[in-house]
Amino acid sequence: MSQRNPAASSLSAGLFEGSTRKLRSLADEEIAISVENLDLYYGNTQALKNVTMNIPKQRVTAFIGPSGCGKSTLLRCFNRMNDLVDSCRIEGAINLHGANIYDRKADVAELRRQVGMVFQKPNPFPKSIYENVAYGLRLQGVNNKRVLDEVVERSIKAVGLWDEVKDRLQSNAFGLSGGQQQRLVIARAIAIEPEVILLDEPTSALDPISTAKIEELIEELKEKYTILIVTHNMQQAARVSDYTAYMYLGEMIEYADTMHLFTNPSQKATEDYITGRYG
Amino acid sequence: MESTRLGGHYSHRYDTELEEVVNRVLAMGGLVEAQLSNALQAFIEGDSQIAQEVTENDTRVNTFEVTIDERCVEILARRQPAAMDLRLIVAVIKTITDLERIGDLAVAIARMAQRQAEGDRPRKQIFRDIETMGNRVISMLAGALDAFARMDAAAAVSVVRQDFAIDSDHEAIVRQNVTYMMEDPRNISRMLDVTHAVRALERVGDHARNMCEYTIYFVKGRDVRHIDLSEMEAIVQDTAPAKK
Repeated sequence: MSQRNPAASSLSAGLFEGSTRKLRSLADEEIAISVENLDLYYGNTQALKNVTMNIPKQRVTAFIGPSGCGKSTLLRCFNRMNDLVDSCRIEGAINLHGANIYDRKADVAELRRQVGMVFQKPNPFPKSIYENVAYGLRLQGVNNKRVLDEVVERSIKAVGLWDEVKDRLQSNAFGLSGGQQQRLVIARAIAIEPEVILLDEPTSALDPISTAKIEELIEELKEKYTILIVTHNMQQAARVSDYTAYMYLGEMIEYADTMHLFTNPSQKATEDYITGRYG
Repeated sequence: MESTRLGGHYSHRYDTELEEVVNRVLAMGGLVEAQLSNALQAFIEGDSQIAQEVTENDTRVNTFEVTIDERCVEILARRQPAAMDLRLIVAVIKTITDLERIGDLAVAIARMAQRQAEGDRPRKQIFRDIETMGNRVISMLAGALDAFARMDAAAAVSVVRQDFAIDSDHEAIVRQNVTYMMEDPRNISRMLDVTHAVRALERVGDHARNMCEYTIYFVKGRDVRHIDLSEMEAIVQDTAPAKK
């Protein structure tokens, strides 16, 4: 615990005063992705209804809401994962670098390089730890061992896994614990230097300590990447995110600074949900 | 279980947030201490310049209170603190309320100093007694802040003990003032100001005592308000019967 030193206190007083935190405003942020009037249908069911939002660059944006509210569906739109669902039809636009990713000319492989994704259940490939992380680069045709070594080390270090695995890089990734696997998968995602990372309930299969490590990692990753996270755990959204979007029945009910949303939400529906009065 | 470690969370950011709140409280405490000691000096020396500065500085104290409260709300909303972290935030929210009140009392003393500076000054003896009492109050406030900074419950209790001396100083000076007023009714308005200033000092002691109680609550997890000193001591020395 710090010792009290009145002289130092009055010196440092200037640092602390007058710094009432202004709520963040999207108007002051650089925008990474803009969603315009997005409608999504699974067959005849409409899963997303006219969603419009701007996702700020190098910030953590969380999506919360009850099951079936469309938050995972929306997250999957950002790297066109819904293309794999036959009955899925999308209207509206998601713009990345000013170009609609749903444009017919858009390059989906390139999109998925720019927008990486991590799922609820860790899904390492049945390969060595090293090859899991090198995989994306090998796909891109990088085979120079020095380059691969460097990227693998940098990526694994970035997720705080290096000390735990550096002596067994050639072992099978399935030998890692769930939390380690999830961090390895994040290392795999950042090895190809994406701009955006999508996290779909990345900690719901993990124990509290692994969860805390991933949350700490998210905090660090936002220095370089734009992060979107879907979570069932409202407290997690409160802890890790800068902005939070509350969704209900496919609609974006409220999207605001996380502090604002959790202390003084503008919508009654949001308040009911975050205070446990929903349903 | 007793632990007063702020750090060590999985989230380093959380550690930093708690440390920042504590540092802000200490910075605010340093400012309030300075305000009180300047107000006292202004009152004793009849210096209206210093008194004016104290009055102007009060907005800084208020800003501290508002920003610290804001941080605490943010931590409550985002981190859902538990156990000692929760007690820390509760203790901080309450401590800064008392600190802000001490700031207001310093301003009240400064205002009376300004009035005193304009008119005839009361006798020297009165000021000597006020200075003695004032120094005791300032040292009690400093002790309360130190106990908070070190998260030291035993130190907090010994600071609480000082409040008795302040209360008897207060009584003695008031009794003396009444004598002066009876001697010469022309003294009454001047001596009323002195009485009010001394009353303000006595209140500062009470607020410092409150702050110590919050520190004990934080360290020991026991609410020691509205109990007598011996019971408080037993709790701090862990000789008290366990909480029902």
